[in-house]
Amino acid sequence: MTEAVFFYLFATLMLSAAVLVVRHRQPMYSVLSLLVVMFCLACLFIMLNAYFVAALQILLYAGAVLVLFLFVIMLLNLAPEALARMRLFTLRTAGTLAAASLCVLLFRIIETPGGEPPLSLVRAPNGSVESIGAELFSRYLLPFELTSFLILAAIIGAVTLAKQEKR
Amino acid sequence: MITLTHYLVVSALLFCIGLIGIMTRRNILMILLCIEIMFNAANLAFIAYARAWSNLDGQIVAFFIITVAAAEVTVGLAIAILLARQLKTLNADEVSLLKW
Repeated sequence: MTEAVFFYLFATLMLSAAVLVVRHRQPMYSVLSLLVVMFCLACLFIMLNAYFVAALQILLYAGAVLVLFLFVIMLLNLAPEALARMRLFTLRTAGTLAAASLCVLLFRIIETPGGEPPLSLVRAPNGSVESIGAELFSRYLLPFELTSFLILAAIIGAVTLAKQEKR
Repeated sequence: MITLTHYLVVSALLFCIGLIGIMTRRNILMILLCIEIMFNAANLAFIAYARAWSNLDGQIVAFFIITVAAAEVTVGLAIAILLARQLKTLNADEVSLLKW
């Protein structure tokens, strides 16, 4: 019962904040709405027994990625995005495409055969730091090491791209 | 009472909100932001399945998604800064130098 209350609370808060991200004209308000989305998502992760991933979501995603966005937005000093002078054709196409994909997704999700058991009756995985660490360093060791290469490439790319030209 | 389907529906809605954002915003930074929304929707789906199947694999994949998204945002923002410097615009419609 309380699980349902919290689920609906966080889900509606998250979806309305996501709509605000898309609709705000000021870039700063969009980023701050995305921050609300990240926090609601972390709360949903905790409800799903993913404690380590919830902490990482707040630390990495909200605490690093969004801060990077904020820095760049404040550096570039963006003006509020002009109201879309979009042709009606483009807006209609975008809306139709999004509605069609949503319908396909929902149809595929809801037509799953057999009733799904309530999650409170399913055995919860142990989402603590120790168990994820054990998995990460045994079965997923190769992707873990390759991620370090990925991060190295991202660092080199970002530094090279954003370097000021020597006049 | 709350089943896996509930979480998947929320994930699908979040994904489509991000999709609408990508298609209607013209500022490149806002497009990157909407891509982040789609990443988070996929993350929610993975974690929900990890819970439903009593597995940790979904949580490990979500961990990797967060890392990859951080790396991609780094390079994407560097490109956006470069665009703002060279072309003096962040409008995605005006970045058309490769068009013939």
